[in-house]
Order: sequence, then C-alpha cells, then structure tokens
Amino acid sequence: MSRFSERLKSKKFIITCEIFPPKGTDLTNLLKKAKALKGIVDGVNVTDSQRAIMRISPLAVCHILKEKGLEPIFQLTCRDRNRVALQSDLLGASALGIENILILSGDHPTIGDHPEAKPVYDLDPVQLLKTARTLEKGEDLAGRRLKGTPKFCLGAVANPSFEPLELQVLMMEKKVRAGAEFFQTQPIFDLRTFKDFQKKVSKLEAKVIISIFLLKSLKMAQLMDEIGLKIPKEYLKRLEKAEDPLKEGMNIAVDLIKEIKNECDGVHLMALGKEEYIPEILKRANL
Amino acid sequence: MIISEQKPREEILEMLKGKEKVFIVGCAACATKCQTGGEDEVKEMKRELKKEGKKITGTIVLDTPCDERIVKKDLSSLSSLKNSNSLLIMACGVGLQTIGKLIDRPLIPALNPLFAGTTERIGRYYEYCSLCGDCLLDEFEGLCPLTRCAKGLLNGPCGGARDGKCEVNPAPARRSGVNDEIDCVWALIYEKTKEPLKTYYEPRDYKKILMPGRRVVR
Repeated sequence: MSRFSERLKSKKFIITCEIFPPKGTDLTNLLKKAKALKGIVDGVNVTDSQRAIMRISPLAVCHILKEKGLEPIFQLTCRDRNRVALQSDLLGASALGIENILILSGDHPTIGDHPEAKPVYDLDPVQLLKTARTLEKGEDLAGRRLKGTPKFCLGAVANPSFEPLELQVLMMEKKVRAGAEFFQTQPIFDLRTFKDFQKKVSKLEAKVIISIFLLKSLKMAQLMDEIGLKIPKEYLKRLEKAEDPLKEGMNIAVDLIKEIKNECDGVHLMALGKEEYIPEILKRANL
Repeated sequence: MIISEQKPREEILEMLKGKEKVFIVGCAACATKCQTGGEDEVKEMKRELKKEGKKITGTIVLDTPCDERIVKKDLSSLSSLKNSNSLLIMACGVGLQTIGKLIDRPLIPALNPLFAGTTERIGRYYEYCSLCGDCLLDEFEGLCPLTRCAKGLLNGPCGGARDGKCEVNPAPARRSGVNDEIDCVWALIYEKTKEPLKTYYEPRDYKKILMPGRRVVR
C-alpha cells in the first residue's frame, strides 16, 4: 500500500500539492521545488499536460520524484490516450511503484497549445476508474488475463463551484461506485461555496481534499472570478491594496486553510510555479 | 442532414488552376438546404468562374449525388462531360466519391462537409448525431452526450461547464458577440432526468464505426 493510501485510510489530515512538468526535458527547476516539498506534503500531484498544453510525460516525472523519495500522484487524463494506451500506462505506473492515480477527463485540446490535435476521450473518467479496478482483478478490458496484477489508489476530481451542485455530487457518487477513494477539488475561495459543498459530500465514502489556490496578483484573481470560481470581494480588495500581492495571496491562502481545515479531510495546494512558498503557507496555517 | 460550407473562392480557384473547362455539379438535397450547392449557388459559381476566364461546359443539380443510380441516370451520359477537364462538385464528400465511382474526370470539391446536423435557420446549424452505430438516445431523453458533449462523456459532465455552457466555446464567437455558445448537454439532460447520473454506461464499441466504413448488405 502506498504511503498516500495509508494516510487516506488513517483519520489524519491530508496535505497534497501539485507540480507542473516542464515543456522540455530539463527538470532542474522542478527537482528544486520538489526538494522543498519532501516530507512536508503527503502527496505531490504531477499534472498531465494541464490546460491541454503539451509537457513532458507525468509518468516519467512521477518515477523520478519517487526515486527522490517523494510520494507522487500520477494524473491521468482521458484526453490523449485510447483504452489501449490508458491501460498500458496504468500497468506501467504500477510496475514503477506508482500506485496513486488521479483520473480526470482532461482539458479539451481546443483550449490548449495544440488546438489542432485530435481529442481522444475513448473512455470517460468513470469508465477509466472502473478499468483500473478491472486491471486489479487480473484482467484487462477485453477480459484477457494479466501476468502480474497492479494495485492502485484511485482518485477523481470535482468542482464545488459547479451549478447545479447536485449534478457534481451525483457525479462524485458515481465515481465512488466506480472505484474512487479520494477527490481533489477545483479551488475554493468562498466559504459559503465550501460549506454548501461540504454538507453535500460529508456522507460520501471517499476522502475529499479541498484545493487552495495561491493568488499571485489581482489580475489573476479577477481571471479566476471570471471563469466562475467566485472570489469574495474582500480578497480582491486586499490584493488591490497590497504592496506585495503575492504575499497577500499567501495571507489569503493561510486564512482560507485555517477556516476550513477542521471541516474537511485535507487540502490540496495549487501554487502555480511558486511551490517554494508551500512550506511557509502550511506552517503559518498550523499544519 | 449533412451540413456543409463553401470553400473560400481562392481555394477553389487554386484547385482549378490549369483546368479551363469546368462542369459544375450541385446537390438538390442537403447542399440546397444549406444554400451551399443548390440551383442558386451553382448559378453564382458559374458566373464567378466565367469572370475568372473559365469555360463552363455545363451545370446540373442532381437530386441526390450520393446515390449511384441518380448519378448514372442523370449525369454519366451527359455529352458535355466529354468536353470538360474537371468537375466542380458542390456536394458533400459522399456525393463527390459517388460521382468518382462512375466518372473518370478530375473532381474538385467546392464544399467542406461539416457534420450531421440540424438547421435552426440558414447559417445556424447544430451537430446532433455522430452516426455511432449504436443509438442510445432512449437513455438520455433524446439528447446525445456522445455528440453534444465536447468530450463525448457518457457517464456525466466534467467540471468545466459554467452557466450551463461548455468549456470549449469558441472564443471567436464570443468576440463577435454572436450568442452561439454551446450548451453543456449534461445540463440539458439533468433538467429532464437524473437517471443517467445514477446509471453506469460501459465504454462504447467503436468497432461499430470502424473506418473505412460499413457496407450494409441486405
């Protein structure tokens, strides 16, 4: 069982974060950030060409992080691989000792940097969760026997700001039935949104890890607000007035974590390239 | 029906370079409905190509260029074809290839076929069917997630939609101020029924739509 999986099964608070693989093969910067996170977080998500922007394979990065003693969570999207490639990568991950998999549909290619690409979506996330569980039983989607059986700790995503919220909750229930053990959410800024969401998911048989986003500037906050993530006016004001908006963004993240940490299973920090600040944020939030 | 658009004139002229005697074929079915290859568009094309110095050897609007029997009956025997060094086809790719089976002349596509869709009005079309070979519309209150969800998600929505609109809405459309944002089909389905959110749908059987296409014989 992976360290992350053990943590999920315990009653302890879960802390995860994410790092973005670079476009290219130079991992110097990524490894520097990873070093700062070692021993601080329970799991590090490695994104799969997030925002549909082509980057180095998350499976390769997960492997390297694992060798460095970190606990990677391999993000696997349905966007770029058909069922043959998805199963193949799942088996590959398992052989490399990478058990933690976060399954998501993946941002559509048209919003990324290769908008001409053919979108795949052969399986959807629910089907992919089921597929991973099928592999664990020693057979593939075609019913053929595997030589050597993988073991996974499976997660999925949810968006607490989605309206109608019930539609997301029904999806989460379906994903749990398909095999999801944990969720990592889209970022939350608004406590009302958090409370409404938490009320609806408290009975779910899966850990729900709430994402906290490090706002780096007023402009970024406005952009997030525009895409429906509901940023409270107070935060916008604080960022506007701040001499150092990044520092204020950290203050906001700390405040948010303090507000929610006693009412949820864990937090997932999205620092967008500023991962070196994560230890400080966690410390100030008394985690 | 097959929704199509006309290729830009420059592209058509480029393909017609060196081909001075052109016969134009239109379609009385889908391309007429879309106003991309009916009588009026064929006339307009004739006028424009003449202006460019082309000799138009003849024109015809076939009832259904996608039907070999029609092509055989109405097009194959036309003597004016012999005087043509190319045929400009104002029909979809099915029409063009049906004609290609029977007529040994260079065929130039004048249209870009787009999808199987519905017409709200001329110029406003929506893709509703993927011709997937295994219709599931009874499960989804007559709304096809395979086609109308940008990711074709069968088991429910992703988290990307907002205000009931899909995350892949084309930015140019937003900029132009035209309100033709794509609905999140899962929001539409959810308004009618919650059942599909509680049911598990198996992966699709894509061998039913395997390229290069089915040949149904009966």
